[in-house]
Amino acid sequence: MEKIIFYILALVMIVFAIASVTSKKMLRSVIYLLFVLCGIAGIYFLIDYNFLAAIQLTVYAGGIIVLIIFSVVLVHHIEMELEVAKRSKQILVGLACLVGLGVFLTTIYAHPFNVAGKSVTTTTEDIGLGLLSYETGGFILPFELISVLLLASMIGAIIIAKGKKLTNKNDIK
Amino acid sequence: MDFTYVILIPLIPLAAFLLLGIFNQKIKPAVSGYIGVAGLSASAALSFYTAYQYFFVGGKVDGVYQTFVEKTTWMNFTDTLAIDMGILIDPISVMMLIVVSIVSLMVHIYSRGYMKGDDGYTRFFAFLGLFSFSMFGLVLATNLFQIYIFWELVGVSSYLLIGYYYTKTSAVAAAKKAFIVTRFADLGFLIGILIIGYYTGTYDFETLNNPEGSAILSWSSTSFMGLSFLTWALILIFMGGAGKSAMFPLHIWLPDAMEGPTPVSALIHAATMVVAGVYLVARLFPMYYFIEDGFALNIVAYVGGFSSLFAAIIAITQTDIKRVLAFSTMSQLGYMMMALGVSGYDGHEGVGYMASMFHLFTHAMFKALLFLGAGSVIHAVHSNYLKDMGGLRKYMPITNITFLIAALAIAGVFPLSGFWSKDEILVAAFEHNKLLYFVGVFVAGLTAFYMFRLYFGIFWGKDTQYKHVPHESPISMTLPLMLLAFISIVGGFIPFSELITADRAGFEAHLNIPLAIVATVVGLTGIGLAYVFYKKENDLADRFANAFGPFYKWASNKFYFDEIYMFVTKKIIFKRIAWPIAFFDKKYVDGTMEGIGNKTVVISEKIKGMQSGKVQDYAFGFIAGVVVLAMVFIYLWTN
Amino acid sequence: MIAGISIYEILTVTSILFFIGVYGFITRKNLISILMSIELILNASVINFVVINKYLYPDMLQGVFFSIFIIAVAAAETALAVSIIINLYRQIASVEVKDTEIMKY
Repeated sequence: MEKIIFYILALVMIVFAIASVTSKKMLRSVIYLLFVLCGIAGIYFLIDYNFLAAIQLTVYAGGIIVLIIFSVVLVHHIEMELEVAKRSKQILVGLACLVGLGVFLTTIYAHPFNVAGKSVTTTTEDIGLGLLSYETGGFILPFELISVLLLASMIGAIIIAKGKKLTNKNDIK
Repeated sequence: MDFTYVILIPLIPLAAFLLLGIFNQKIKPAVSGYIGVAGLSASAALSFYTAYQYFFVGGKVDGVYQTFVEKTTWMNFTDTLAIDMGILIDPISVMMLIVVSIVSLMVHIYSRGYMKGDDGYTRFFAFLGLFSFSMFGLVLATNLFQIYIFWELVGVSSYLLIGYYYTKTSAVAAAKKAFIVTRFADLGFLIGILIIGYYTGTYDFETLNNPEGSAILSWSSTSFMGLSFLTWALILIFMGGAGKSAMFPLHIWLPDAMEGPTPVSALIHAATMVVAGVYLVARLFPMYYFIEDGFALNIVAYVGGFSSLFAAIIAITQTDIKRVLAFSTMSQLGYMMMALGVSGYDGHEGVGYMASMFHLFTHAMFKALLFLGAGSVIHAVHSNYLKDMGGLRKYMPITNITFLIAALAIAGVFPLSGFWSKDEILVAAFEHNKLLYFVGVFVAGLTAFYMFRLYFGIFWGKDTQYKHVPHESPISMTLPLMLLAFISIVGGFIPFSELITADRAGFEAHLNIPLAIVATVVGLTGIGLAYVFYKKENDLADRFANAFGPFYKWASNKFYFDEIYMFVTKKIIFKRIAWPIAFFDKKYVDGTMEGIGNKTVVISEKIKGMQSGKVQDYAFGFIAGVVVLAMVFIYLWTN
Repeated sequence: MIAGISIYEILTVTSILFFIGVYGFITRKNLISILMSIELILNASVINFVVINKYLYPDMLQGVFFSIFIIAVAAAETALAVSIIINLYRQIASVEVKDTEIMKY
């Protein structure tokens, strides 16, 4: 059962990922990406990391995708056709990616992973304690750093997006 | 004696030059004229003071004039060979200070009138300042290298002043010609300097000129093609001097140099710069005299004698009054060279040396006077050509009288200055070389003839009808004329033989009555002939010219020397030598270099697209590179 | 642990996703699309973290923590990138890469 679900998810993710990077319609491309992200959340559910799956859905699917859609809507006509790269370039890049993929896969398959073989259920409590722990192996410092980073990026985003104050007409390009 | 203040003499004109040159546009013309005159007056006053101090107060020790040197080391080549900068005070340098400062001051004053209203008035005075600075520096140089530096500076200022009317093609060509010809001659000078530096280990005049010094005593230790190396060096140095002094065959620039403004001709191409060659030989006179028994000195004598005859013949045929004077200058310079060439060293034997310096002094005065007078005439008539003149004595009395005085002086009429100096030269030539004596006498006659041809042609002769009635020049122009005329009259009574001699000791000069009579008679004959030919308008002169036929034509075309030079340079050197070399250089040497450059440009043009500025292209390169590297490390680098 | 699915299969899927992201990053001509490709690449690597944690070291949580941090950083980065894009659009009225290549030669 889980096997079938995984294959379906994998298929969905790969297909929509390809669709997302090749679609000529901007908004559709974003929506395809949304499907991919949801598929990833599905994978997290499958391997029993419910908390991560929830984060994936809220932050990515809920936050980032919405942000991207907003920017698309702000700067594009929704139905605008996107330019695509030259065919020769597409093929060249595609080939390079295939070669890279080949290298990856052969390396992965050549590596004997030492799979533990047992399943431990992780609760949200464990994650929260781990993040806030300042014992050995605790993640309190990076956690605080991330909070500062988020604040900084928030301020930065506001200031950058606000731009210069346009005082007279000549400044508008 | 302390002569350090003499350094101010060149520095004041330099300051004037810098002031006028830098603030060229900001200074009113009238002010710039005063600045120039004031600067030169200061220099002249200092020069006179120096001369008084040197000759009459403290220059003499035991009846011998001493050499005073103030110098500082400028460049060190080896432990022994160094180049100094400084000032050297000895009889000839002091005399030259006087000559240069008087003539330069006169020309400055004169130019205030002559150049009035000219666009480049300030520039003109700036260049005059530069020239005066360089000339003073040349005169005061303590060693061969310093003299060479100022020698070139003088050449540059001469170039600038000849080309003063730079919109006139002929002036530009003349400036270039003067510069190139003298520069070519200076090449010999430079090589000579280097040879002397190599074989004697010094450039200092004091050391070189010491008759007991190693430079002179050891001349026979080296030889090259039958002559001592030092003789070759002296001949090469004389080549430089001949270039500056317009000696045959490097004279071709001097007539063309008359394209410059007339005061410039008077200052540079009559009185001061052109005598630099004579001064150079005089400066190195002990070397010339003692090395190889004066072999190089003989060359000086013959070149001088030939040039003087050659130029005098050409001068007769010229119709441009400035050119007549130019050839006359060349002829008189040849006289001085000849006098140096036939001179001995000790006591009365050294009369030629004394006579040469004497003539240099008197000639500077009356030739500057002649040029300034000619400038005054040209100023009034607006033409350089004899055919446009005649009967001017009625309009320009002062110019007429001063010009007459100068003409009489150069013709050697008693008791004007030219008589005394020319007489001494002829005495020297008579005592040492009869051939040159006869050349000298003949040239004296020719000189008298062409000078009075000029004088009668300008001030007497036909009564030309002028469009604008000529008028006497303003006081700023006539004042220098009168001053110079005064010096030309009394200059002969200066006891040169006691002041300036080769061995510095001085001797009692006395007039050689028979020789003086011969010279005077020849001179008067020349004047008389000119009187017959040109006093009244008649066709005698033309008939004579026709009688000489081809020779006359030959001479009036300056013996086709310009054409010969043109042929040699254009047809032979440029075409057969320079052009193929230039072709090779351009085609192959430059071609290779440019090819490399062009290929680089082409290749970069092709590959610059790689730097597209698109992050994605860089990312592609990055990822492709990572993949390749990963493959290399995984599959090839597996130990 | 997904029953019947080995780690190899999951890593294969993430590798494919990763290279699709790379392909998109290089071929797309639009800044927003490029941003989306970056998200794909990031997500592929996040999955790797999580899966390796789960399969190889089930007792620990480091992989999970890292993926949380990556998600947080990605969110921050996206917010900044979007603001830059908007600002750029106000300056040159375009978000095409070809209009922003003043850095070239």
